[in-house]
Amino acid sequence: MKFEEKATSILVALLVIGFTTLLALTTVLPEAEWSGADGQGMELIEQSLNYEPWANPIWEPPSGEIESLLFALQAAIGSLIIGYYFGLLKGRKEGENT
Amino acid sequence: MHIAEGFLPLEWCAVWYAIAVPIVAYGIYKAKKLRDRERGVMPLLAVAGAFIFVLSALKLPSVTGSCSHPTGTGLGVVLFGPSITAFLSAIALLFQALLLAHGGISTLGANTFSMGIVGPVIGWLLYLGVRKMNVGLLTSGFVAAFFADLMTYVVTAGQLAVAFPATKGGVLLSFEAFLGIFALVQVPLAIVEGIAVALVLRLLQEHGVAVELWQPKEVSRSEV
Repeated sequence: MKFEEKATSILVALLVIGFTTLLALTTVLPEAEWSGADGQGMELIEQSLNYEPWANPIWEPPSGEIESLLFALQAAIGSLIIGYYFGLLKGRKEGENT
Repeated sequence: MHIAEGFLPLEWCAVWYAIAVPIVAYGIYKAKKLRDRERGVMPLLAVAGAFIFVLSALKLPSVTGSCSHPTGTGLGVVLFGPSITAFLSAIALLFQALLLAHGGISTLGANTFSMGIVGPVIGWLLYLGVRKMNVGLLTSGFVAAFFADLMTYVVTAGQLAVAFPATKGGVLLSFEAFLGIFALVQVPLAIVEGIAVALVLRLLQEHGVAVELWQPKEVSRSEV
């Protein structure tokens, strides 16, 4: 099976293409604001229904920079665990082979 | 899909908590049982949780000119089934509610219900369906992730619609409005997420991990 052999490379390529296409959209749609869908949903509730949220977040990142710091941290924690696991698998395999 | 803190009337917060809590509790119980039975699978469980952490942190631009984020629950549901995935999702959602002001404690039940429960359950059922038809693991994983992601947002739209029906047109009109915000933006993201899950499954296969071994019993038995 040809696909079986090349599946990993094909999937990596597809992922790169997919991600690049999404990023490239920002040049195709110059007028878009790229705001978050979550925020738009909440805005719709606030504005068209005059709804006042009855609770506020316990703590809010004080700026966009700190928010992106924490998002990066979240992704980093996840990536670290995934990377550790695949390293573990590779190490085990090599250990078996020696 | 994050309904922000305080953005659902109290009674709806209670409803979604009432449904989500027992399922997450069952997921914790299942995860503990799995740990007792097979300690060696814990790192893989961590990977499923970590995948949710990574994917749900990525806000990606989409065809609608707005941004949204994948959910990352597809991998967990393929590897461990829906109840453990509900537990893993709740951890990521709690992290975001406490540190990022994304979602909230009052809406944690609602957000767990969409991202951790209904999305993954639908992805899981479709995964089982296509698997039964002898579709390959990677394609089936793509299907699971695509629908787990997309349906999460459809559920969010539904939750907001029932809590905030339009004065004229009611729940259905609201549902349409919220779907307009949450659904189309998600389709390309769900495709990318599906590819990412297929890739991780492929890498696991390559490293000789028995990918379908830890699914809930009824399934792994019928597969073997």
